[in-house]
Amino acid sequence: MASSELGAASPGRRIAAILNNPAVRGAVFQVAFVAVLGWLIWDIIQNTAHNLQKANIAAGYGFLGRTAGFGIIQKFVDYTEASSYGRAVYVGLLNTLAVAGLGVVLATIIGFVVGVARLSSNWLIAQLAAIYVEVIRNIPLLLQLFFWYFAVLRSVPGMREKWSLFGLFHINIGGLHVPRPVVEDGFGWVVGAVPVAIAIAIFVARWGKERQEATGGRPPIGAINTAVIIGLPILVFFLVGRPLVFDIPLFNETGPLLRRGFQAGSGLTVIPEFVGLLLALSLYTAAYIAEIVRAGILAVSHGQTEAAHSLGLRSGQTLRLVVIPQAMRVIIPPLTNQYLNLTKNSSLAVAVAYPDLVSVGGTVLNQTGQAIEMVSIWMLFYLGLSLITSFVMNQWNKRVALIER
Amino acid sequence: MNKHITSLIFGASLALAGISAASAGTLEDVKAKGFVQCGVNPSLIGFGIADEKGEWSGIDVDFCRAVASAIFNDPTKVKFSPLNAKERFTALQSGEVDLLSRNTTWTMSRDSSLGLMFVGVTYYDGQGFMVRKSLGVSSALELSGAKVCTQTGTTTELNLADYFRSHNMPYEVVAFEKNEEVLQAYEAGRCDAYTTDASGLYAERLKLTNPDDHMILPEIISKEPLGPAVRQGDDKWFTLVKWTYFALINAEELGLTKANIDEKKSSDNPEIKRFVGAEGDFGTPIGLTSDWAYRIVKNVGNYGEIFDANVGPSTKLGIARGLNNLWSKGGIQYAPPIR
Repeated sequence: MASSELGAASPGRRIAAILNNPAVRGAVFQVAFVAVLGWLIWDIIQNTAHNLQKANIAAGYGFLGRTAGFGIIQKFVDYTEASSYGRAVYVGLLNTLAVAGLGVVLATIIGFVVGVARLSSNWLIAQLAAIYVEVIRNIPLLLQLFFWYFAVLRSVPGMREKWSLFGLFHINIGGLHVPRPVVEDGFGWVVGAVPVAIAIAIFVARWGKERQEATGGRPPIGAINTAVIIGLPILVFFLVGRPLVFDIPLFNETGPLLRRGFQAGSGLTVIPEFVGLLLALSLYTAAYIAEIVRAGILAVSHGQTEAAHSLGLRSGQTLRLVVIPQAMRVIIPPLTNQYLNLTKNSSLAVAVAYPDLVSVGGTVLNQTGQAIEMVSIWMLFYLGLSLITSFVMNQWNKRVALIER
Repeated sequence: MNKHITSLIFGASLALAGISAASAGTLEDVKAKGFVQCGVNPSLIGFGIADEKGEWSGIDVDFCRAVASAIFNDPTKVKFSPLNAKERFTALQSGEVDLLSRNTTWTMSRDSSLGLMFVGVTYYDGQGFMVRKSLGVSSALELSGAKVCTQTGTTTELNLADYFRSHNMPYEVVAFEKNEEVLQAYEAGRCDAYTTDASGLYAERLKLTNPDDHMILPEIISKEPLGPAVRQGDDKWFTLVKWTYFALINAEELGLTKANIDEKKSSDNPEIKRFVGAEGDFGTPIGLTSDWAYRIVKNVGNYGEIFDANVGPSTKLGIARGLNNLWSKGGIQYAPPIR
């Protein structure tokens, strides 16, 4: 009541009172800041569009629908020279995802092994792991990429020769040639058997837990579930009459020189560019992951290990059941960074002719001259990929993080 | 509070002013800074390459020097920006370079939608293939099923696709970012053939361990008119660069060379008189002095001299004049007259 009387006495003081209110002032500043920022961004876009128009440079994303007209060596979806630029960019994106996804898995495995090895009580193993980390971490990735790519190229037989393993896997400079699985009618049943098997496995696990709580005896759940998950799809596979054939790579040993070697389109070919890039990315990132793993393990108090030992757990069990679960809390956040780094580093692919998003996008950029549009597509995709990776890793981090009560 | 916002808006508008500042004429800018900024290829023998002392050479490089000579009467007043295939257009569009002279193919889309203008064709080229002699191939038509190495971000990839598609031949393309890696991969045996502009093939072949084990196939599968380009919207600069190119051709046609131009300066031939600026003034309308063309020939020589010194039969590349000869000698290099 007092304030309204004051306000009634003098409107000027009433306004002053509102202006001096910290909440109002804060809101005004924030609204003003957002407005200015928005205006600034809008103006930059307008300005760029205006300048492009003035300089007679075409703008817009319409070019994505036009015919690309160039070939791409590795594609996971149908693509020909008659496909559109948009399709070419999509092929590049899938290639990036393939090398980044496999790279993350490989780097994690190698990183964990090396990280644990560095803490080994065996002097030789610890030293070898230390040398690996120091050498790999201190050489620029691009040089390693060239090393692995050209090391792969120079060490394998030429296009008209091959090394074979079991008569099924062949290696030459054209890449790794393996039988390509071709799915026939009825394979859907086999795929459908997998979720069924998983459901059964979950049921078995629950039953096992109840049984353990009731009787104290633990049934061999692991063995049963492994048998179910592997066995059921295989059983279905044979029941529906083996709906899977293999396309064997054909090797011509006679004829004109150019025709000799693996016949294009037969079998599955893993190109050496992919192998070189994958090796370089995973070995490089693994060195960093190894250090993160070591730091995580060292962050777990030694008392935990001693306590576990005194309870009668063996070394392997101590590591697996006591140390690693606690170390994960320290490991996951920096591990996320390394996954993001690996994904972004995969853009070095263009140096060794692997057709990733940047490489294919670069060709599109050059053919169409739409630099701003293409760069915006690159940024959007890498941003999206990184945000998805962070989101997944953050969810995992929440699960393992120490929950304080 | 008001003061804060005012200063914020002031700062923001300053930043925007910086972005939208339109440049004055390129010639005025060039004269003010005292040199021509020229975008060139850093690693193509005969067109643009720097030696271990940082000394640049090549047809494209000499063209930049010719422009600098016309403006400053000094071929050294050029600064070179090494550009890769991907960066080149953006560098020119953004004003980072005044002139792009980097074995760039003149195509319609580049002329119409990139905001560029090509001034002429300093080298008529075409795309070809290099293969190992041991492959036993004598024509590009026998390359069905071949793996082909090339550089990404060039017209080469498209020509390659067009050629193989139109002949119904399967192929695989392995495209690298830099030509150093293309060559290494080709040498390692990753590909059966290496494709790029024919002049580039001759240059790259020299870098191989055993150049004689490799041959260039006779087919030329595309038209690659290579020439310098400038930004659209500055007609004065465009005219100057275009006539620098015409002056080089006209000089050869008139028989004016670096060595004899001083002596021919007093010639009675009216065409030569106009060329060297003794009669009429053709320099002032393009913002230069009347002896602009004399300066070009005096400092860098005529077109034929530039060709012979960089890629001609007496050089390591040993490329014949062919299409690049004067129109009067069986080629198609032709320039409008100076009058």
